[in-house]
Amino acid sequence: MTSIAAPIVFDAPKLPADRELIETRLVWWYFVAALAYMIVAMLAGAMISLQFLQHYPFPGIELLSPGRWRFVHTNGVAYGFLANGFLGMLHWAVPRLTLRPVLSRPLSYFIFIAWQLIVVATVVGVLTGQAQAVEWGETPVWVDPVALLGLVLVAINFLHPILQLQGPMYVTLWYFISALVWTVLVYMMGSFLPQYFVGGAASAAIIGLFIHDLVGLFVTPLGWGMVYYFVPIILKKPVWSHGLSLVGFWGLAFFYPLTGIHHFLYSPIPMFLQYGAVISTIAVELVVTTVIINFFMTIRGRGDALRTNLPIRWFYAGMVFYFTTCLQCAFHTTLTFQRIIHFTDWVVGHSHLVMFGVFGFWMLAMLTHLIPRLVGAGDWHRHSWNAWHFWLTSIGMLIMFFDLIIAGLIQGYQWRDLAPWEDSLVASAPFWLTRTIAGTMIIVGQFFFAANVYMTWARKPVAAPSEAPMPVAPAAA
Amino acid sequence: MFETKSGVMVIAGLGFFALAFLVMGLLPWLIYWDQPELTVEQIAEQGYVHDFVDLSERFPEPFKQYFGSVSRTSYAEALRRGHKVYVAEGCWHCHSQQVRPVSRESERWGPVSHAWEYQNELQRPVLFGTRRVGPDLIREGARRSNDWHLAHLYDPVSVVPTSVMPTYPWFFDEKGYPNRDGMCLVTYLQWLGSWLPEYPYYYGEGPPARDTTPPAGQSAAEAPAGGMNERRLAGTEN
Repeated sequence: MTSIAAPIVFDAPKLPADRELIETRLVWWYFVAALAYMIVAMLAGAMISLQFLQHYPFPGIELLSPGRWRFVHTNGVAYGFLANGFLGMLHWAVPRLTLRPVLSRPLSYFIFIAWQLIVVATVVGVLTGQAQAVEWGETPVWVDPVALLGLVLVAINFLHPILQLQGPMYVTLWYFISALVWTVLVYMMGSFLPQYFVGGAASAAIIGLFIHDLVGLFVTPLGWGMVYYFVPIILKKPVWSHGLSLVGFWGLAFFYPLTGIHHFLYSPIPMFLQYGAVISTIAVELVVTTVIINFFMTIRGRGDALRTNLPIRWFYAGMVFYFTTCLQCAFHTTLTFQRIIHFTDWVVGHSHLVMFGVFGFWMLAMLTHLIPRLVGAGDWHRHSWNAWHFWLTSIGMLIMFFDLIIAGLIQGYQWRDLAPWEDSLVASAPFWLTRTIAGTMIIVGQFFFAANVYMTWARKPVAAPSEAPMPVAPAAA
Repeated sequence: MFETKSGVMVIAGLGFFALAFLVMGLLPWLIYWDQPELTVEQIAEQGYVHDFVDLSERFPEPFKQYFGSVSRTSYAEALRRGHKVYVAEGCWHCHSQQVRPVSRESERWGPVSHAWEYQNELQRPVLFGTRRVGPDLIREGARRSNDWHLAHLYDPVSVVPTSVMPTYPWFFDEKGYPNRDGMCLVTYLQWLGSWLPEYPYYYGEGPPARDTTPPAGQSAAEAPAGGMNERRLAGTEN
């Protein structure tokens, strides 16, 4: 079989083999960790949602307090699910894009173990009442320096091969380089400044920057880098416009860091800064539109892939949600909308659509694409289970989104009309029930996926992992 | 520049982040630079809320055990610990601490929030909040009695049948009295908004709710005043 490729070797540039570049086992471990935390975070969310129905299953137990598990829900998604998934993705994609391995394999394994310990320590810390009052930065103060060190090591490990690269870089690497730098800076800013250096309204400005930078400068660039990497590979088609890619990247880099204060509109933060944040937010949505156009032009002519290729369907469903959520954001970031929707479930619906409907979907797209390759199984155990996964998750997500934005409008108008506070709880009850049902659908979907992953892994053939998307010459060594 | 490593790393990565931090983070920081941030001790020096005294009368034994006597030191200690409990239990995820000038919020909660109200140690990090499942709390002080708060923390539904707030039995000892955390949290809640001249809102009928009795061995004239105190003289004598 290998002899067929022999004549080409002399003409093709010498490419290192997969196994010299990539620690496939580590990618797999990261993905397993990501899936585990995703399910834990979702179960936590479902558990808390029962509190809203006055049917919390574990009332009065300190370590199972819904208030504390809310920390686990959000931090589990950000640092357990998305961060682990992205780290696995970086280990898969960076060596392929640079044709160089990461700085050090032992360091990579060390980071993996350290990161899991950091996430576990965060969970234990917040459950035992040591949370910090910064949303998504609830990480106990003693975990923060360790986590920051971990992020610095991550940046060094991946920037090493990227910075050695000569000549032009692919779009994905722009996003990766900036994300690695930004994540360190954002974490440093959000975890230490409001805690030790600045209080009051000014700290709200910095917390706002942190909350939004975590989405905009950590999750978004890694997410877009992932889409720019996998979608053209799966479609076997280049991205439609290089120019639009440039606009998307530089627009995001310039406008996104400026938007944070939009979380605290009509607050005591100086008004001219609030106006600035609103304008930058609307600018971000215009930038996002260019990226969306780029990807929808890329799939033009290959629309059949949406039907036949599940990872592509996940990616593009995520992109439709991305456009939805950004369009929504361009409106609700305005002061007009803020009067009504701030503090309501509208925002909760929005954030679920962003974090799960977009980045979660892209992550699941990548996992659906890569896991059979990683475990060397060749194909999924059951395609029908993956189809259940997709449809339950998508329909559940859509129901949750529309349910919560409608609930938010009702709450906002009731508050403005000075209805008794309890009225807004009564009016929200059916929406909260619907939210629980939609969330359960999503979780059942994930169980289909987890079972499929397990079965695919369990029946893996004895042969070594194979099938790389990149052309690979016979190994020299 | 647009596609080089240094361009992406230095200009986009470091430069744009630094620019945004300067404009959106450092600028508000500098704007409030001259407003002193009060420590909890400075807050306590301005007098304590009556509800702290009420706790000492209602639960004399446990109060003595946890705080000794009513003093500015024990009040400061209670506020600091109450704030820690408020943060650790995630109260701030469902209760905001900010009255906005829109949506008739000032009619529901009280005066619109101003930046100076947040210039103290108990707003580090600031607790504006982003979601209101339950009511806003920045004007909560003295709206309701200690009894109401304790019953509500023990079992919210017993006080507000439609409430979706969790129960917090671990704020109470085996006899059903509030423990240290319970008392501290209630003290903290009753403190919220006590710096306004309009305080108290609904619950204080008759004499002012602020207790200005100086600690033993210190005359009223010695109690320092200043900072936020000047803005909330109602009911104080020093």
